[in-house]
Amino acid sequence: MEPALIRFDDLSVGFTSRDGRLLPVLRHISLAIAPGETVGLVGESGSGKSTLALAAMGYLKRGLKVISGTVTFAEQHMFSLGGSELERIRGGKLALIPQNSGQSLTPTLRIGAQLTEALRLHSKLDPAQFPARTLDLLRQVRLPDPEAIIARFPHELSGGQQQRVAIAMALAGEPKALLLDEPTTGLDVTTQAHILDLLSDIAQKSGMAMVYVSHDLGAIARVCQRVVVMYAGEIVLEGTPAQIFKNPTHPYARGLLASIPRVSNARLPVALEGRPPAPGEAGQGCAFADRCPIVQPVCRLERPELRAIASGEWLRCHVPELAQGIVMEPMTAPAPVAEASSDTAIFTLSELAISYHQANWFRQLLGQADKSTPTVKDISLTLARGETLGLVGESGSGKSTILKALAGLTPRQSGTIAFDATEDLAANVDHRQPDQRRRIQLVFQNPDESLNPRQTVAEILAQPLRLYFGLSGQALRARMVELLIQVRLGAHYLDRLPSQMSGGEKQRVAIARAFAAEPDVVLCDEVTSALDVSVQAAVLTLLDRLRRERNTAYIFVSHDLAVVRALADRVAVLYQGRLCEIGRASDVYANPAHPYTQVLLSAILEPELAARPKLMAADVQELSPPAKGCACQRRCPLKVGMICETETPPWQTVTPGHSFACHKPNNSMG
Amino acid sequence: MTSAATIPEQSGGRLTKLYGVLKDIMSRPSGAIGLMLVMVHVVVAVASPWIVPFDFKRVDVDLMLMPPDGGHWFGTDQLGRDVLTRTLMGGREAMFVTAIATPIAVCWGGFLGILLGLAGGRIDDGLMRVVDAFLSLPWILVMLLVIVIFGSSMPVLIAALGFFYGVPVIRVARAAAHTVVARDFVVAARARGHGRLAIIRVEILPNVLDALMVEGAMRWSWMLLAFSSLSFLGFGVSPPTPDWGLMIADARSLMSVGPWAVLAPIVALSSLIVGINLTADALAKALGIDRAQKAPV
Ligand SMILES: Nc1ncnc2c1ncn2[C@@H]1O[C@H](COP(=O)(O)OP(=O)(O)OP(=O)(O)O)[C@@H](O)[C@H]1O
Ligand code: SF4
Ligand code: SF4
Ligand SMILES: [Mg+2]
Repeated sequence: MEPALIRFDDLSVGFTSRDGRLLPVLRHISLAIAPGETVGLVGESGSGKSTLALAAMGYLKRGLKVISGTVTFAEQHMFSLGGSELERIRGGKLALIPQNSGQSLTPTLRIGAQLTEALRLHSKLDPAQFPARTLDLLRQVRLPDPEAIIARFPHELSGGQQQRVAIAMALAGEPKALLLDEPTTGLDVTTQAHILDLLSDIAQKSGMAMVYVSHDLGAIARVCQRVVVMYAGEIVLEGTPAQIFKNPTHPYARGLLASIPRVSNARLPVALEGRPPAPGEAGQGCAFADRCPIVQPVCRLERPELRAIASGEWLRCHVPELAQGIVMEPMTAPAPVAEASSDTAIFTLSELAISYHQANWFRQLLGQADKSTPTVKDISLTLARGETLGLVGESGSGKSTILKALAGLTPRQSGTIAFDATEDLAANVDHRQPDQRRRIQLVFQNPDESLNPRQTVAEILAQPLRLYFGLSGQALRARMVELLIQVRLGAHYLDRLPSQMSGGEKQRVAIARAFAAEPDVVLCDEVTSALDVSVQAAVLTLLDRLRRERNTAYIFVSHDLAVVRALADRVAVLYQGRLCEIGRASDVYANPAHPYTQVLLSAILEPELAARPKLMAADVQELSPPAKGCACQRRCPLKVGMICETETPPWQTVTPGHSFACHKPNNSMG
Repeated sequence: MTSAATIPEQSGGRLTKLYGVLKDIMSRPSGAIGLMLVMVHVVVAVASPWIVPFDFKRVDVDLMLMPPDGGHWFGTDQLGRDVLTRTLMGGREAMFVTAIATPIAVCWGGFLGILLGLAGGRIDDGLMRVVDAFLSLPWILVMLLVIVIFGSSMPVLIAALGFFYGVPVIRVARAAAHTVVARDFVVAARARGHGRLAIIRVEILPNVLDALMVEGAMRWSWMLLAFSSLSFLGFGVSPPTPDWGLMIADARSLMSVGPWAVLAPIVALSSLIVGINLTADALAKALGIDRAQKAPV
């Protein structure tokens, strides 16, 4: 067997708690990674995957220390190396690409200068060769027009391009191993697919080893040869993607897989109940025992060992035979579809346009109209009572902007929003009736941002209850408890601060706050994207239950098409602030008519092995939507011709209720 | 489940937090020293009329500029008054005036700053220009002008210090509010339709309070210096009331013959200022605020 490049030997890492106990974060990890191999690390947040990846560099976050074991990289003990030796290895032979690494670029330096600096530090090349090598690197990460890119500043690149520059910098030292910590989280599907392709390509060509940390099983399935599933600081399962994604032998892996929504399935995923034990909380038995559906008496007494099974997988479970009995099929029945018609419509948007561009005062003085192309334009759609409309589109496509306009937080340039009996809702929330404000509520993406860190749950929930219903005293408290129970939290959460809750719990509080107003419409902006898949499934289930109980309509914004699929009755696809396609979810997903929708749907990464995404034609940097013609004209793989650049595409009907805006005749699209 | 259950628990929570912060300050050597210095000064200022060995205004020409001895530990000044007595009592006026003026400065500066931070846009930009222009004025001359016009009574001093030292607080409060205003919980409160004042009180204030507290401590030390400077220049406390600034001014010319009469008030004043600064630094660290990021004024 080939000698391992990176080797963890019985590594345990922990921290000392306030009361002086040593709490482990990683427990007895043994793992070897060969040159040229790509290993994926998966697990819920807090399972220790990032800690493990960083330990490979001989790095531990502040407060952590090695309890036992060793880490070797190329036969060197990383934790016994001195500072200067470590520095030489890090960024050189062993490079790290952290989450949002694009943001770690120096904002004031041009891309070329940053790459040259990386070369100077980590390559043995003659400085005369730097310029050529710089261009080479940029070409290697498939950035279009490298000569132009080197002269740009980071902020002049899109998020995906920044990420690729960061990868190019990591490649500057010709590393033998690359550590990737959630490298594509926060990027949209198409960019994500591009970057993953690129990485596996480079790894194959140069024989570089990669450790790929992600909670995104789809991404892992695409790039890795071996997958390691972590739970509460332990390896619980190790095997090939085929083994782990087809029919995993560990109950936790099965639960994790079942909690992922699939585009191919319109049903809600099954939530993995409970949460992982905090460091030091796991008892003497199996760490997963409290959440395991097939827990046996022995599981609570004895910790299972990691052992090889017949198929070649490594597994930590006492009774793997029983795991096969855990059903992974989604169980919740599909949602009934509410039909939108004018008499039940709660929201009707007509020709809505929104511009962030501030008309300058001189023009205003001259009475000239604002001629800039608006961020969002020509949005006409209806939302029926009790209906869930999914709004999908890549990052920057204007999804949040539309929600803000509906909530009265962004002025609109033109168009009207009819709300129930009101013909045209005031554009500014301050000018709306209190009752209108009550009936439209918002839930945000990140509960850390949307909950005041200084308020307890009681104070948070009291805000809408006092404002809209004038509740106080006993009645207020009773209602708060009722709301908490509705979102599956209890009265004992009332005195907690946001910092004392997990991400999923915080998001439940945010949802409870929205529902406290007894709204007719809840605007959900990426409400699950800050959450782990297992928690996401629970929040989706909650949202689904609440809408059934209360007949609430949702506008559900997400860049994750599978999540939208699980919840939405209808879907609207947005590209650069223009609607491309709208229709019943079942129709749009089964039979996408617009070229952009087709690309979007095929770029999705499911934890399936065969999936190979179809990508957008060119990698053009999109700054603002084109002034006329079709919004997709620059990247459309099926462009008809000049007409796409000059004429606004017409709406065509596929089936009743399902239409798309394109010049391409519908029948020729297959 | 009583309706009032959450209220006492919350105040309990705040007390625990206060206790935690104090413990954190005391756990840092510089914080412990600073806090002790401040505490000693406060206790002495309050209790000095009852503990001083002599009458602060008893003039005795026979005892002029006596060096320290067993009877007068810090010696006597040019009028034969006991320096220890006058030093112990010399901070009372300054601390009383600044203890009232500091909250005034923090309150109005903080409120206006938060308001500007919330308003944003042109009003914010415009008023900040005014604030910056104001900060570039030589404040001591402006203060003198005010005193010349309105006299140097205690209310005038309090009002003047409270006003002038509130201006830099505007900047700090505005900067702190800016980072809070953009966050989703404020957006959520606006979308729900709460009034501006309610948003400031409920959502913003709790998040900028820490920064304001640290700023308040800093303002206090600057104000003490300013007050003493005014006295030194003869525009603050009028004799024979003992005051550090005044004592320094009176004894300054006799430095070579009776250094003790100058040194005692200088040490007293500087130890208080150092104490406040050390405490403010430790407080900032305990609250997790990076003082380096704040606007230097
Ligand atoms: N306050 C603002 N001022 C100027 N431009 C803005 C502002 N907010 C957003 N934009 C721009 O408007 C466009 C749409 O932004 P929006 O936040 O609605 O996108 P999104 O679809 O929600 O994307 P994401 O998936 O990343 O959340 C983007 O190009 C963005 O850069
Ligand atoms: S050891 Fe027991 S509790 Fe742990 S995963 Fe296996 S069956 Fe479940
Ligand atoms: S209108 Fe033209 S450019 Fe736009 S999506 Fe259709 S074919 Fe593509
Ligand atoms: Mg958004």
